[in-house]
Amino acid sequence: METEIRLRVDGQAYEVTVDTRTTVLDALRERLGITSPKKGCDHGQCGSCTVLLDGRRATTCLALAVSYDGAEITTAEGLGEGEELHPVQQAFVDHDALQCGYCTPGQVCSAVGVLREAAQGWPSAVTEVGAEGGISPEALDHDEIAERMSGNLCRCGAYVNIVPAVAAAAEATAEGAGR
Amino acid sequence: MKPFRYERAADAAGAVATVAAHPGAAFLGAGTNLVDHLKLGITSPDLLVDVSRLPMDQVEERADGGLRIGANVRNADLAAHPAVRTRYPVLSQALLSGASGQLRNLATTGGNLLQRTRCAYFQDPSSPCNKRDPGSGCAALEGWTRYHAVLGASSHCVAVHPSDMAVAMTALGAVVVTLGPDGERRVPLTEFHRLPGDAPHRDTVLRHGELITGVELPALPFATRSRYRKVRDRASYAFALVSVAVALDLEDDGRTVREARIALGGIAHKPWRAERAEAALRGLPATEESCRTAAEAETADAHPLRDNAFKVPLVHNTLVAVVRDLVGQGAPEAPGGLEGSR
Repeated sequence: METEIRLRVDGQAYEVTVDTRTTVLDALRERLGITSPKKGCDHGQCGSCTVLLDGRRATTCLALAVSYDGAEITTAEGLGEGEELHPVQQAFVDHDALQCGYCTPGQVCSAVGVLREAAQGWPSAVTEVGAEGGISPEALDHDEIAERMSGNLCRCGAYVNIVPAVAAAAEATAEGAGR
Repeated sequence: MKPFRYERAADAAGAVATVAAHPGAAFLGAGTNLVDHLKLGITSPDLLVDVSRLPMDQVEERADGGLRIGANVRNADLAAHPAVRTRYPVLSQALLSGASGQLRNLATTGGNLLQRTRCAYFQDPSSPCNKRDPGSGCAALEGWTRYHAVLGASSHCVAVHPSDMAVAMTALGAVVVTLGPDGERRVPLTEFHRLPGDAPHRDTVLRHGELITGVELPALPFATRSRYRKVRDRASYAFALVSVAVALDLEDDGRTVREARIALGGIAHKPWRAERAEAALRGLPATEESCRTAAEAETADAHPLRDNAFKVPLVHNTLVAVVRDLVGQGAPEAPGGLEGSR
């Protein structure tokens, strides 16, 4: 069964006809030719398909496209402004936070989501119990970043540079916000 | 994946009527478990009725001082909700220890309760499995059972329920609110999931076409002193080997247990309310010895399998650790308590 859906991806509007079985990931990659979200496991276990879906980081391999008709999606391709990289992307470059790069678009989208969540004070599983005020991006230490980024696997094992890259991006974000 | 029709529900009653009238229909929430099962061939509905946009997405105060959580409240939003964090911290912690950030942003409260076991044999359609294919047998009985049940299992199924959220809600005395063809009903969470018996294909007491609309948490003032601890094979983003949720009501002396609410995860076909342990602790000082005795009472009927005998002492040790943390919480000193047991 086929259905027409509308998606807005990286600022551009699309109308596309999809089989009801199509995931958001397959709609992006196979129908719209937007290949920065990667298909790693296709079972929600690796995080390489992570995008910002209506502003929040989300896996796209387990989301049916027909259910997200009208959604606003930002992929790693749409994070920057023209030629200028997003601060998280720049931090990944500066810290050499990748080897093969396959997981990287998902990693940077996830990291952008992590910073937004921390800015809203969202706790994580390692946030101190009773921290009433929650957390802020500049308070994200190694354990917080490792926990919050645990849904993005890197088979090259670049974590040792990914965590500092996210920390640097968090600092840059905090400074950029005048804090 | 087999083809299916898709309908977006306009309202809950309409969704219920559609699914109830159609034997091959299923509700679709965020799909983080269902879509995986469609890919794996574990289930093949011919109609999906999408309830994910129904306005069941609020956390509301109840007149009794508890909360009503809409079935579409996302796991991430529930974990971060100020009322949950301050009044039911065990629930926030349990949610945050499940899945990953990008899955919690999608996954719903109702869907979390209905997620199915991660038993490797259940998820592999080439293996016999009474839960997936009734009457085909159970590959786990003679298989790799590190992640399987030690309590309440049967000769037909030894799978465990995977949810963390449900374990915390079980300790808190939550009630599941559903809408079915015959109207609304309220099911205590302890009676919502089933033990496998001879019908492990039925995870819950829901009837076909019955939709979860919300979860009610009763007022439980002492749940401010509550905690969830999950033990797993890696530090994050893994299912539980064992998990323990405890809410503790202490007498004014700061060490005697007035009341305890305890639930266990990773050890049974359903979130396991540990009423024996609760009864054993009542009125006693919360020492390592009393906690260990209570945990042993709870696991007295345990039947470990080839690879999971470690879960029994792990339950004991984890309960001791959680109670120790709770006795220490917010008290300047924990007299004669568990400090020495570290």
